[in-house]
Amino acid sequence: MEFKFDMEANKEKLQKLDKFIEKRKTKKGALMEVLHEAQHMFGYLPIEVQQKISKGLGIPLAEVYGVVTFYAQFTLIPKGQYEIGVCLGTACYVKGSQKVVDVISEDLDLAVGSTTKDGKFSLTATRCIGACGLAPVMTINEDVYGRLQPDEVKDIINKYKTGELPIVED
Amino acid sequence: MITMKDLEIIKKNTLPKIALRHNDTKEDESVFKKQVLICRGTGCTSSKSDKIEKKFRNILDEKGMTEDVDVVRTGCFGLCEAGPVVVVYPEGTFYSHIDLEDVETIVDSDLTNNEVVKDLLYKGAIEDDVIKAIDEVQFYAKQERIALKNCGMIDPECIEEYIAYDGYVALYKALTEMTPDEVTAEMKESGLRGRGGGGFPAGLKWEFTANATGDIKYVLCNADEGDPGAFMDRSILEGDPHSVIEAMELAGYAIGSEQGYVYIRAEYPIAVQRLQIAIDQAKERGLLGKNIFGTGFNFDLEIRLGAGAFVCGEETALIASIEGERGMPRNKPPFPANKGLWQKPTLINNVETYANVPQIIRKGAKWFKTYGTEGSPGTKVFALGGKVNNTGLVEIPMGTTLREVVYDIGGGIPGGKKFKAVQTGGPSGGCITADDIDTPIDFENLSAMGSMMGSGGMIVMDEETCMVDIARFYLDFTVEESCGKCTPCREGTKRMLELLEKISEGKGTMADLKRLESLAETIKISSLCGLGQTAPNPVLSTMKYFREEYEAHVKDKKCPAGVCQELLEFHITDNCIGCTKCARNCPVNCIDGKVKEKHIINTEACIKCGNCQTVCPVGAVIKR
Repeated sequence: MEFKFDMEANKEKLQKLDKFIEKRKTKKGALMEVLHEAQHMFGYLPIEVQQKISKGLGIPLAEVYGVVTFYAQFTLIPKGQYEIGVCLGTACYVKGSQKVVDVISEDLDLAVGSTTKDGKFSLTATRCIGACGLAPVMTINEDVYGRLQPDEVKDIINKYKTGELPIVED
Repeated sequence: MITMKDLEIIKKNTLPKIALRHNDTKEDESVFKKQVLICRGTGCTSSKSDKIEKKFRNILDEKGMTEDVDVVRTGCFGLCEAGPVVVVYPEGTFYSHIDLEDVETIVDSDLTNNEVVKDLLYKGAIEDDVIKAIDEVQFYAKQERIALKNCGMIDPECIEEYIAYDGYVALYKALTEMTPDEVTAEMKESGLRGRGGGGFPAGLKWEFTANATGDIKYVLCNADEGDPGAFMDRSILEGDPHSVIEAMELAGYAIGSEQGYVYIRAEYPIAVQRLQIAIDQAKERGLLGKNIFGTGFNFDLEIRLGAGAFVCGEETALIASIEGERGMPRNKPPFPANKGLWQKPTLINNVETYANVPQIIRKGAKWFKTYGTEGSPGTKVFALGGKVNNTGLVEIPMGTTLREVVYDIGGGIPGGKKFKAVQTGGPSGGCITADDIDTPIDFENLSAMGSMMGSGGMIVMDEETCMVDIARFYLDFTVEESCGKCTPCREGTKRMLELLEKISEGKGTMADLKRLESLAETIKISSLCGLGQTAPNPVLSTMKYFREEYEAHVKDKKCPAGVCQELLEFHITDNCIGCTKCARNCPVNCIDGKVKEKHIINTEACIKCGNCQTVCPVGAVIKR
């Protein structure tokens, strides 16, 4: 999916990244370290950032992209602050978890496997998470919600929007 | 510049602080009356031992007890099942499963009045009302700790404690009393074999790299521990990082290298952090860097992070990854000893191998060989898991039998279930069955049984484990982690997985079993690297020992262990009391029946979620 990287809004961070790269220009094998740092800064590795790294380190973009896609920890799309997972295992599916997915998609204008523009939510359809007794099940980061009715899903999501949830222990 | 005298002074100043837990020191030399050791390994930290540590410090501070009672953050104690673990010295009182609420009780009772809180003791630490110290508990009694010597004993973020336990003495000895060749010779003499999986003699590797010609040489540490269920290396780095640093310096001196790299998984944040602290402290003390001990020997160490690729545990893939490339294996030869990192001679050992080195150099190869068997001297650390009571980290002398590990140390199988097999070597290894449970564990015996030492994952399985399902699980892992460079591994493992899925769904034929076997043999001999060459092992080994189980899936369409969902049917027995709970909880409404009458499951519509079995109050729902 498309995710527009805002060069202007990230100007400061990009300058920081430039400095980080500059220091490692002559260091052998610095690419992985730079990618880790960049992902730490931006939460993901958009093509714009990869181009910057490619130029900065003098490594062809194809090679940078090759490394990014090889390792499981690097991601090309940003993960949201809250990762929503809806179980599409058999039990949840027959209990209407597709409907839950649809409600979330519509409410947040968010396709499965993508992230909202504000970076707050991302949505994945998961395999059976083994909570069939609670079907249909949705997880948001560490929190588990079971026996969902499609209309209560909106309320739950709203609470994350307003910051009422999650409950943070100190 | 640091001298031996400095090390001795540090030791002398630190001993009173660790006297309560140090074997060779007397209690009256201690500056503290009590010492609370809190496990801050990954396992216990996930169950909030960080907050427990904080609470201990806060309460002791509030009560003005900090002069008498000291709190120490340590690495893994090994018995992860009992976490969070807290141990109080000098008695060695072993508290397990500690909650935040328990902290105050321990402070008020044990730390203030010397009264052990019996309710919070580890269950094996009290027998007939007699309290046992941690080292008398059965889990530890049969273990022999060399690689894990300091884990759970010292504060890993305090170089002084490592030095007080004779740390960096081996380095001093080597740099001032031994030539590089003598260090290598001592390593060869010790017979230490690589603990990462293959078991190649470490001293020989050192010799090859020492003899290789090159202006620059490198020392690498493989800390890319990726087997599902294995966490030996992580625990060593978290609990005793300086032992690895000291060993790499010794290796550098022996082979003529001034630069080392530790390649470590980014998934191990605590280990990365502790290792970095240790490196910084060693540099600050002049134990790492230029002109160490004034001998002119220079050595620098850097951490390189992985990014989630299992194949990077293969040495040539690891090298590619440090160079900043995709972590794909390269052809051997040339071996890294001749052409490794940036085409320079390179020595690679894994974490546990290095953790043995300082003690071998300090105490001598002869001492090391008093442990273990002739072909496999020393000890091995295993991550014991699966269907066993005491899960955790165990270090045993080579030659110990599986029975001792599973029953004496592991405490047997939960629920009195029957032992079926042990899986060692993870996705590269195989199974050892009940027939071989009394065979001594060493490199040769494990290979002879069709398994391998591997890095040290040891998963116990009982009668409720399906061997087809286990093989499928490991294949699923290798398919996911195959780097894609060579065809046998990339395509072959995928086809093997498809066949296994077919069999576990009850759609397999006898011809599929043959196909599976021939595919496995082909992949084994034709893959480029260790990952592909060993990927078929879990299948070959389970087919060898549990062929009847495969055939049951194929011929009878049954899963004898009751695991493969597609082959199971749920039934309600005559024990049914007609409470309607199952029918009300069925997600697909496939259970019929009237109140107070026996219910019936419509097996056609059933999705086998097992919900009915969970909710049935009388256990009338069975799988068959």
